[in-house]
Amino acid sequence: MTQTEFLNIVMPFKDKVFRLAKRLLVSTEEAEDATQEVLLKLWSNKTKIEDYKNVEAFSMTMTKNFCFDKLKSKQAQNLKIVHNNYEDGQTPLQKQIELNDSVHWVAKIIEDLPEQQKLVIQLRDIEAYNLDEIAKMLDMNNTAVRVALSRARKTIREKLTSTHNYGVK
Amino acid sequence: MVLNNIEKLLEKYENGDTSLKEEQALKNYFSQETVAPHLEVYKPMFAYFSVSKQEQFTKDLPLKTKKVFTYRWIAVAAVAVLVVMVYFKKPAVSTYQEYAYGTYNNPEDAFNEVTKQLAMISNHFNKGVSTVNYLEEVNKGTGTLGYLNEIGNATSIIFKK
Repeated sequence: MTQTEFLNIVMPFKDKVFRLAKRLLVSTEEAEDATQEVLLKLWSNKTKIEDYKNVEAFSMTMTKNFCFDKLKSKQAQNLKIVHNNYEDGQTPLQKQIELNDSVHWVAKIIEDLPEQQKLVIQLRDIEAYNLDEIAKMLDMNNTAVRVALSRARKTIREKLTSTHNYGVK
Repeated sequence: MVLNNIEKLLEKYENGDTSLKEEQALKNYFSQETVAPHLEVYKPMFAYFSVSKQEQFTKDLPLKTKKVFTYRWIAVAAVAVLVVMVYFKKPAVSTYQEYAYGTYNNPEDAFNEVTKQLAMISNHFNKGVSTVNYLEEVNKGTGTLGYLNEIGNATSIIFKK
């Protein structure tokens, strides 16, 4: 397999891998490293790539496992770093801040969800995979995925409503 | 899209029963400027989903592994060595017999030469042995040390008395 062939396979879903990694690891840099690692692993096993039924689903599972390993690793436990993705200087207008604010709230709420629900929300509502694919990627059954999804969605809505109404009601 | 329909979809959505198509319809509805006021809560949620989907992986992939690189150059080096070897080996092939049987074609000549060499070796060997003859001197030395016994005798006589 040549580099171009490999890139043709990988390119369509590399962003999805990155976003999934970022959902779990929060920091952009960590997510970039994880994505690189996952793709390089695929590249070094390129001879086996034809045997995989669905390279994309396989990579997503790989990413999930890799991120969990990262989170469980000693490094992550010794040192608690609160990752902030610092935006650079271009100060947005007050209005934009207000508009963006509630969008950021959603990000924060999702961050607080249990890992399983985080993954499901990411794969379904952001990447728009169907339930069967998600079930395969996460090694869960269909119903469990639906339940996790439903719980996550309800939690997000409830928390959003309460922050919206904070101090009003 | 009728508001009623949206509300129904939202309920289905929260139960996780919507299809991907229906979810797309919801996303489209909430990306509008104006949304029914009681559904305003959902707007940032769907906005966030659409925004998150735009994020991209920009770091480049160092796919050129070191392995590939070295193998290629090893192959090049091997070919070069082979070419050089073939080039230098060629004149040797014509004088192959000479190398195989030595420089003497006549056995008598060879015998004479060998005798000469062996004679030279034995000559040098004898020279070496003659130098070792000095070791005889050591024996002589130990012989003279025998006189020390006399001293021992003398002291024993003194102490007896």
